[in-house]
Amino acid sequence: MTHGSRLRVPALTRVEGEGGLEIVVDDGQVTEARLDIYEPPRFFEALLRGRQYTEPPDITARICGICPVAYQMSACAAIEDACGVTVPADIAALRRLLYCGEWMESHALHVYLLHAPDFLGYESGIHLARDHPDAVARGLRLKKAGNHLMEVVGGRSVHPVNVRIGGFYRAPSVSALRALLPELEQARQDAAETVAWVATFTFPDFSRDYEFVSLRHPDEYPITAGRVVSTGGLDIPPAGYDRHFTEFQVPHSTALHSVLDGKTYLTGPLARYSLNSGRLPAEVAAVARAAGLGPTCANPFRSIVVRAVELLYACDEALRLIRGYQPPDPPAVDVLPRAATGYGCTEAPRGLLYHRYAITADGTVTDAKIVPPTSQNQRAIEADLRAFAAARIGLPPERLTEECERAVRSYDPCISCAAHFLDLRVVGS
Amino acid sequence: MFDSERKRPARQPKPTLAVWKFASCDGCQLTLLNCEDELLAIAGSVTIASFGEASSEVIEGPYDLSLVEGSITTPADAERIRRVREASRFLVTIGACATSGGIQALRNFGGDLAPVVYARPEYIDTLRTSTAIADHVPVDFELRGCPIDRRQLLEVIGAFLRGRKPNVRAHSVCMDCKRAGRTCVLVAHGTPCLGPMTQAGCGALCPGVGRGCFGCFGPAPGWTFLPFGPANPARTEVKSR
Repeated sequence: MTHGSRLRVPALTRVEGEGGLEIVVDDGQVTEARLDIYEPPRFFEALLRGRQYTEPPDITARICGICPVAYQMSACAAIEDACGVTVPADIAALRRLLYCGEWMESHALHVYLLHAPDFLGYESGIHLARDHPDAVARGLRLKKAGNHLMEVVGGRSVHPVNVRIGGFYRAPSVSALRALLPELEQARQDAAETVAWVATFTFPDFSRDYEFVSLRHPDEYPITAGRVVSTGGLDIPPAGYDRHFTEFQVPHSTALHSVLDGKTYLTGPLARYSLNSGRLPAEVAAVARAAGLGPTCANPFRSIVVRAVELLYACDEALRLIRGYQPPDPPAVDVLPRAATGYGCTEAPRGLLYHRYAITADGTVTDAKIVPPTSQNQRAIEADLRAFAAARIGLPPERLTEECERAVRSYDPCISCAAHFLDLRVVGS
Repeated sequence: MFDSERKRPARQPKPTLAVWKFASCDGCQLTLLNCEDELLAIAGSVTIASFGEASSEVIEGPYDLSLVEGSITTPADAERIRRVREASRFLVTIGACATSGGIQALRNFGGDLAPVVYARPEYIDTLRTSTAIADHVPVDFELRGCPIDRRQLLEVIGAFLRGRKPNVRAHSVCMDCKRAGRTCVLVAHGTPCLGPMTQAGCGALCPGVGRGCFGCFGPAPGWTFLPFGPANPARTEVKSR
């Protein structure tokens, strides 16, 4: 690399959404690494103003086709918080079951179709299938099982229709859920094999000193609920989010960047695992250990192993929840509006997803704030890229560009999610 | 539709498929990846020439079939869709964003958005409206839905491969709901339901869980509506195919 060179990947592939990356090298030093997000903004936070408090689950689901349940669940949590309602345990368990389906579908997609091809030298999961048909078949089975679970609980896998504030429109029957058990048993086995498979990949030696942020729950590996904690000692309820996390705009991205008390941080599978590996059931923890994972993991390339472990956990948890299932009756509790602001955080497959809504006594949304995981991770991704590229500056530019694109992919950025949250401010009238 | 009049470029042994994304959530192109049982067969019947979400391999156009997801919301995308059209023998729009402007077309109702600005609006280049692909270029077939239905997508790809018209019927959700023997949520519970005027395709999912249809698949043919915001004054009457 010579004086004043630029490496560019104008359009990242095998990521969700439209983004590129640019690395500037000056005098043998990496002076800049940018994740360019040019996905057109869709202004969801502005569109939510003036809508009824019952609408955000269906509207915000449309932010992301890969993790719609995450949006529905964070929206429900925030609005129910505003209205002073806590749903009963059986409704909360059914939500968790639906969310397990989304983790399975999303993680299987990333592990097999988006990420694994990098480690094995293929352009896509479809190319991978030519030489590794059994592995790809296993991945597609896992993905289908997750989608199927979402269809049975949510009505359909992309933008489920059965979720409402207070619970569900209709509780699935015991027999409909029990009919899923054989497929989920198979999925559990497939997931365990996935962990063993990805553990054989070769990972660059690239551990980082992250401040990890995720939810933490007293008993469970976090999905639907918990306090927001960090490895730096943060421990707050979702309502405290805005006092510690700040978003700001940068010129090269239609997604806002975010900092925790002024510092760069990382959310997502690595953070969740590192802060909560002690909450995994013994069998899942044993599989993780056999795959070479310690209690924490700070190498972004190894996130594929952590995702596979979470895939196994989601199968395990879905099986447990179905075996203990009794249909909640009624399937939803009444949630009456009141003038208040509510806060909700859940763990989307890609990390912490924060929603905040202000509503009036007649149930009109007057303000909405949504902070998706990819937007929170942009700074960490760029900092990592700088360090990653700096250590490989001697590589031919083409090779270095390729390696950097692989590095970005390991964070599973969801650019469609991230780009829709430009903060609109009204000035004047 | 999908007839052989439009000659294929001969250089690829198999027809080429390209998938394009504009302003959208990725859910409709994900529906292609959600065809878990058929994905590898599809990949065997066509050359996936450009599908950024799924593959790093990009083969230059022209393309036999382009699937287009998303709406037009930026000046750059208004240009890009013209290039996609020029490079495509057949262009099929997939989903509500591409066929109607999508949920982000709610901004079209906002009147003059000039007073509403970003913290740093100079970084952003966006149009005031979100519009359908057909408002910009000719479209060969529109597949409705938010998201599209997997079975309908497979039907369109199958029809393309066989060179025939896709068998995607345009009756209302109400008819599918009756056919499935469901209790009418409107008659029995007084729940407002858009089923009578919404195009079928989802399998009448919402009445199936006891809620009213909220119109993911857009209006069924034969319905005339008031202008849908300032963006589409010409598209007030729903075209039937």
